Amino acid sequence: MIAFLTRSRGRNRFDWTDWLSYGYLFLGLFTMFAPVLWLVMSSFKTESAIQEFPPTFMPYTQQMVTVAGHDKPLPLYATTLPSGEVKPMAQLIRMGLVATMVDPAKPSEEIKIDIKQRVPIKHIQFAIENYTGVFAKFNFAGYLWNSVFITVVATILTLLFNSMAAFALSKYQFRGQKTVFILIISTLMIPPTIILVPAFLVINTVGLFNNLWGVILPAIATPTGVFLLRQYMLTIPDEMLEAARMDNASEWKIYWKIILPLAAPAMAVLAIFSVMWRWNDFLWPLIVLSKSENFTLQLALNSFQGELNTQWHYLLAMTVITLIPITLVFAFLQKYITTGIASAGVK
Amino acid sequence: MATLELKNIIKSFDKTTVIQGVDLQVEDGEFVVFVGPSGCGKSTLLRIIAGLETATSGDVQIDAKRVNEVSAAHRGCAMVFQSYALYPHMSVYDNMAFGLENLGVPKAQIATKVNGAATMLRLDALLERKPTQLSGGQRQRVAIGRAIVREPKLFLFDEPLSNLDAELRVSMRAEIRDLHARLKATMIYVTHDQVEAMTLADKIVVLRAGKVEQIGSPLELYNHPQNTFVAGFIGSPRMNFLPASLLPPELTQGAHTIGIRPEHALVDSSNASTSLVMRVEQIEQLGASSLLLGKVGADTSFELVIAGQTQLKRGDIVNIVLPASALHRFDTAGQRI
Repeated sequence: MIAFLTRSRGRNRFDWTDWLSYGYLFLGLFTMFAPVLWLVMSSFKTESAIQEFPPTFMPYTQQMVTVAGHDKPLPLYATTLPSGEVKPMAQLIRMGLVATMVDPAKPSEEIKIDIKQRVPIKHIQFAIENYTGVFAKFNFAGYLWNSVFITVVATILTLLFNSMAAFALSKYQFRGQKTVFILIISTLMIPPTIILVPAFLVINTVGLFNNLWGVILPAIATPTGVFLLRQYMLTIPDEMLEAARMDNASEWKIYWKIILPLAAPAMAVLAIFSVMWRWNDFLWPLIVLSKSENFTLQLALNSFQGELNTQWHYLLAMTVITLIPITLVFAFLQKYITTGIASAGVK
Repeated sequence: MATLELKNIIKSFDKTTVIQGVDLQVEDGEFVVFVGPSGCGKSTLLRIIAGLETATSGDVQIDAKRVNEVSAAHRGCAMVFQSYALYPHMSVYDNMAFGLENLGVPKAQIATKVNGAATMLRLDALLERKPTQLSGGQRQRVAIGRAIVREPKLFLFDEPLSNLDAELRVSMRAEIRDLHARLKATMIYVTHDQVEAMTLADKIVVLRAGKVEQIGSPLELYNHPQNTFVAGFIGSPRMNFLPASLLPPELTQGAHTIGIRPEHALVDSSNASTSLVMRVEQIEQLGASSLLLGKVGADTSFELVIAGQTQLKRGDIVNIVLPASALHRFDTAGQRI
């Protein structure tokens, strides 16, 4: 691992190209990864810590202390007394530029000092309650279920229908085969925003408004998927299909038992793509799903951002949770993604 | 076990006609080889018999029943492909069992049949392997095994040995011959290799440009080729063709071209008057025999096989005698007289 991470061009020593490439890689790592890291760290900050200026990287919280005679815990400050002595004191109340402080050891003695004379005592604390709060306060399980349901069902149906279309387009000769294929591919040229309204009208007319199937069904047929699978299936030799036909296999059986297993690498790539597309999909669910109980995670995130105030600590925590599945998909299946892109030549 | 009959089969792709009216009768248990240069339509003809292609016109009859409209699966043929076409994601056992499973044969019966075929083809130890883990010869045997387990009426082989190296090809040839003797099944075999055709066939069908040039037993084709094409195609090294003008009229008897096989011409040391004079250009010493290549007449190539080893060298002039009984006479159209 260390040998891998410190590989260099020059033997045993760093060539100038090594400095350049490592510098470039670190710059890339920083620009790509720093915002994500900031997001994760911020998601552990308390509501007040997020609002603080200047912002800190680590999640600091002010230390609180319980003082006899007061119901609530009081914030602790390192206070410079008029005598020049620095002492940790709890703040009772702050009026303008003057703060009333009390020594937790002697709760009866109150001292009024200038607020410039005190510095908050902080310690690092991860605000796990952001995460537990998300589960407790919001219908998080419901949003998660909606997202998972849409992603899983849409991916399975995408794989099924696209592979059938690709099978027909790659392995059967029929009149208009090229035309159909070109038509499918040409839909790639139409931006989804353009068909947004017509698609919505269709979904609304068939009564799928505010229904998870209204999100799933329009997403099933993807030209990218058909193209990717078709190109892969073209590489499966026809003799294999002919052998299966001689073996009494029905066309359905050829598809199910021969084509699908042999197209598995391309199917894996499409599955990854589909999971990413559906999980991160925002605009279409936003239009189709208007009731809060149908929201996906992405829509729920959006709804946290209120008109007047935004509960950033919950928003950040939920964003992190939303990122986890897609990160896992990338981490474990990145090999398939790169080979898939390389073999099919599509984004 | 079946007979096969082809009646005036014609096959065209768009404007090109690749099979131009083929008639053929195959008896039960016969081993028929289609042979011809590449592009002669022999594989297409086999695929028409298998049902993988449809003939543009003409009838295919298996067991005297017209099967033109019967799908490949229901014709009762089994085919061994040039590329073997094994299913790479299935084990050897599953590859062989696939056809039987599709027919709904009970599991126990499948196991018996597959194991029987595996034993016959010495594949017993390999049943759990995937095709990619097998050598070329083993893959070939699996492909044959897949055909055997279904006990088809008709075995079809599409250049099954062309992907194997020379040595393996010879041993596989013997295995296929052995298989035919054991199964006594009707087999149709396509190859471009005339040696394979000669060694395997009961009956050879020589094809050229979609037409049957001659049908007959290997020795019939060797001894009595109907035309110059068959004469040149069957036999190795190739038959020599000489213009009749090089030979005396009592030998040519009005023929336009005279053919003689290299192994039938003789080197003459007695310097007889009827002999041809050849200038030796190359000599291939094979030990048991020697092949002389040279020119006769103005610029006609001539090959000659002599038994044993020779002391001749490049540039030597030798006299050749052509025994009258070994001559093949052809007219201007290349047909046998």
